[in-house]
Amino acid sequence: MEWEVVIGLEIHVQLATKSKIFSGSSTAFGAEPNTQASAVDLAMPGMLPVMNQEAVRMAVKFGLAIEAEVAERSVFDRKNYFYPDLPKGYQISQLEFPIVKTGHVDIHLDDGTKKTIGVTRAHLEEDAGKSLHEDFHGMTGIDLNRAGTPLLEIVSEPDIRSAKEAVAYLKKIHSIVTYLGISDGDMSQGSMRCDCNVSLRPKGQEEFGTRTEIKNVNSFRFVEKAINTEIERQMDILENGGSIEQETRLYDADKDETRSMRSKEFANDYRYFPDPDLLPIEIDQAYIEEVRKTLPELPEAKIARFCNEYGLSDVDAGILAATREQADYFEAVAAKSGDAKMAANWVMGELAKYLNQNNLDIAQSPINADALGGLILRIKDNTVSGKIAKDVFDAMWNEGGEADAIIKAKDLIQVTDTSTIEAIVDEVLANNAAQVEQYRAAEEAKRGKMIGFFVGQTMKASKGKANPQQVNEILNKKLNG
Amino acid sequence: MTIQSDELVKIAYLAKLQIDADNTARLTRDLDQILNFVDQMKSVDTTQVEPLSNPLEMTQRLRKDEVTEINQRDAFQNIAPATEAGLYLVPKVIE
Amino acid sequence: MLPESISELLKGLESKTFSSEEITRAYLDKIKQHNDTLNCFITVTEEQALAAAKASDQRRSEGKAGLIEGIPVAHKDLFCSTGVKTTCGSRMLENFIPPYESTVTGKFAEAGAVSLGKTNMDEFAMGSSNENSYYGPVKNPWNIECVPGGSSGGSAAAVAAGLCAAATGTDTGGSIRQPAAFCGITGLKPTYGRVSRLGMIAFASSLDQGGPMARTAEDTALLLNVMAGHDPKDSTSSTQAVEDYTASLNQDLSGTRIGLPKEYFSGNLDADMGKALEAAIKVYESLGASVEEISLPHTELSVPAYYVIAPAEASANLSRFDGVRYGHRCDSPKDLEDLYRRSRAEGFGAEVQRRILVGTYALSAGYFDAYYRQAQKIRRLIKEDFVRAFDHIDAILCPTTPSTAFKIGSKTDDPVQMYLEDIFTIPTSLAGLPAMALPCGEKGGMPVGMQLIGNYFNESKLLNMAHKFQLETDWHLRRPEL
Repeated sequence: MEWEVVIGLEIHVQLATKSKIFSGSSTAFGAEPNTQASAVDLAMPGMLPVMNQEAVRMAVKFGLAIEAEVAERSVFDRKNYFYPDLPKGYQISQLEFPIVKTGHVDIHLDDGTKKTIGVTRAHLEEDAGKSLHEDFHGMTGIDLNRAGTPLLEIVSEPDIRSAKEAVAYLKKIHSIVTYLGISDGDMSQGSMRCDCNVSLRPKGQEEFGTRTEIKNVNSFRFVEKAINTEIERQMDILENGGSIEQETRLYDADKDETRSMRSKEFANDYRYFPDPDLLPIEIDQAYIEEVRKTLPELPEAKIARFCNEYGLSDVDAGILAATREQADYFEAVAAKSGDAKMAANWVMGELAKYLNQNNLDIAQSPINADALGGLILRIKDNTVSGKIAKDVFDAMWNEGGEADAIIKAKDLIQVTDTSTIEAIVDEVLANNAAQVEQYRAAEEAKRGKMIGFFVGQTMKASKGKANPQQVNEILNKKLNG
Repeated sequence: MTIQSDELVKIAYLAKLQIDADNTARLTRDLDQILNFVDQMKSVDTTQVEPLSNPLEMTQRLRKDEVTEINQRDAFQNIAPATEAGLYLVPKVIE
Repeated sequence: MLPESISELLKGLESKTFSSEEITRAYLDKIKQHNDTLNCFITVTEEQALAAAKASDQRRSEGKAGLIEGIPVAHKDLFCSTGVKTTCGSRMLENFIPPYESTVTGKFAEAGAVSLGKTNMDEFAMGSSNENSYYGPVKNPWNIECVPGGSSGGSAAAVAAGLCAAATGTDTGGSIRQPAAFCGITGLKPTYGRVSRLGMIAFASSLDQGGPMARTAEDTALLLNVMAGHDPKDSTSSTQAVEDYTASLNQDLSGTRIGLPKEYFSGNLDADMGKALEAAIKVYESLGASVEEISLPHTELSVPAYYVIAPAEASANLSRFDGVRYGHRCDSPKDLEDLYRRSRAEGFGAEVQRRILVGTYALSAGYFDAYYRQAQKIRRLIKEDFVRAFDHIDAILCPTTPSTAFKIGSKTDDPVQMYLEDIFTIPTSLAGLPAMALPCGEKGGMPVGMQLIGNYFNESKLLNMAHKFQLETDWHLRRPEL
């Protein structure tokens, strides 16, 4: 049978507020255990939550960015369950009246098509603490520094049809929240986490199949792998006449498999009800308009502008616009160098390669946009060849400094003086008389390949500085002329 | 309304209360009595009535995003049943 | 003999007739003498009290006296106080010493009050008789075979017995007013949101409200001046401006329209108590007030709605007591589930567990609409009853309780009978309105309380009415023989 995959994602985004959602504790990452857990975060008796206005503003920003309706009135609920990392025994969340209602985002697929994914809702809630399972005499240690960090939970419609689409959607949400500056989006530190709801149905059937939920997947790569693994598992069961159990599963990256989470004595019954310690939030149109004015150019708009303004392809524009930092960097390089195509190639090529190898963010690049633009200018005015430019880039990366200084210090200025190049070529031909004989004896069709030898020798003799185009021209003239 | 013994087991599980067998009969009786009493609420038609969660129907005031808390871990952990290395200890949590 | 009211004590302190240290010692002596019998206090903070009294005398001598400088008071044992055991009447918090202060106790200290200690109460404020305390029942000083009412029974009995000048209480469904009535003192439950709940251990968050318990309306007004006000750390506290509640005590009552809800004067009310209330009504008429019958048609449904809403909120509020960060933890738990279930079963008493279970049930899948949501809808109907009434009246006069204080042990077998004790106090709690209890008679040697209910944030009107009544009568001056 042919199966259709149906996927919906629930993405938890930690909001980049200074203090927690309901208390004045710091949200900074990496502090000593429980040093950022105040009486409110610890759920000490008599403590009360007070809502952080910045978390509301960030949620509204997100709502506007996905063209959703921002709720005039939203309500906080208590979601009741016991767990050691949840000090109050309930999580403050939003059920019936979320702050952000239906919206949508567009994703770009590899085949160049665009697809719209619906966002059902986004709501504010608080993060839980962390359980540390290192052995404390057979006990688990609880660190509540993270408890109360504001989260925006973004719930998609079941509009996603493959693991690749899921990743594209997740990346788009990532770029929106980082563009908005409402989250650092760092999945490795848990700033962004993803629950994947996966089900299969026979192609053509309208009704959804039974879904499973893969909890807390924490990288783009794992999202793709976890979903694909789960699709295979479900397909296997269904093909063999079995049925899928609705359950929560965990992805084990080491084994590349999902497995069922320990089944509870009873199904969870969260007993949501409005939190009487927190009153409804009311948001008026004036506030929404004020927030709207602070919205930056968003990824979709930027991609479109990159295509129009710089003549980039959809795919390249999409890559460059993936993060605001990268887009800004690219634009700065383009402005300095006056050549958007070369700027795009260098940012996506050499720079991306070096960043990747060193596991760095573009913001941490040792070569700033101005310096890279300066290097491109030297390629354009023929001071260095593209090949030498890569050496200059390497030196800039490792030793720092501007392109001009490095080119000068290392004596890398390209040789473009025809008589100088002719002199070198003459010397090469004189030193390789046998090869010249062979070349001249060879058939026309083979000569193309054979000339490469002389180009190489000439470049080598010029220490790579001879303009390759001129070398080719002169060699052609001398050998064939 | 009569509460079934499996329902009592379920709510005691949700509420994390250990209920001893010799207590079950009495608890069931008490809960039945209370639930029968509150069932009086059914006598009024409320289809057109909006629920009221807070008597004053005010809206939320918001606070500025400022770090105002300092580290008081020692004071808080002085009154904790079990801690080590700054962590609260609980029996092993298995996931 | 020391004077009894705060206003007289303040005069004596001002004129240096006595010092705060002297009166603090006198109260501590009285506590030593009678607390074994009455069981009003869970914790007496003798040393801190004497130190605070000395510091207060020093401030007064430097001309820096606060509103109630040097006055010895007691706090219900659910207001967290830094460095002082705060048990909430529960085994769960038997050894709980908070490293932080409630806003209310903080304001008392700032106003110069001297805290004598923490008063007994029904566990987690759940009860109408003070029999639900892990620390034993409180005895009514008028008759030690009777209950003092609950849940602020320790505070009420301590004030009535003269073991402190005044005390704090909290009221969720009547927990200030009912014990005030049973013990013959004056108590006020302010409008929901008037007094900060920060540091007050929660029972039902949308209902809980702290308030003063004292000997006179005048003292009550002064204490409300100390307690009331917006708290940025309590989102539900009101930003409405605080009046000077002592300023309007002597306003003329002529033209005041008093409503008598017919539902409160029907079958549930004891005949002798009815007579006491009739006499009180006559006093008001003689002061120029007019009286008319009103109807609050949903009164009867208030107790069922309350016994869904309060337990539902409590079931979540009490989840934090899990044996992990503070409070009781069972011995050698075999796993996490065992830790939770045994710690909570051992730490909470029977009534608390009953209410947690009822609340959990009312919120659980399949029952939410029939119980919780229905109760919230009835809550609105009850509020609307009052809103309609206050369209054309200034205050409501009615009984505080259906009968006078009952015998210890007489209602413990029947939770619902006990719940019905609160029939006259619960509706105002659900509506969030301010209400006062003050003595207006006696029956068989036990005090009879009347209740005055006002419109939102109109505490000054209630205090004015209560004060005027106390100028005409002496019920509030009568004291039990100890």
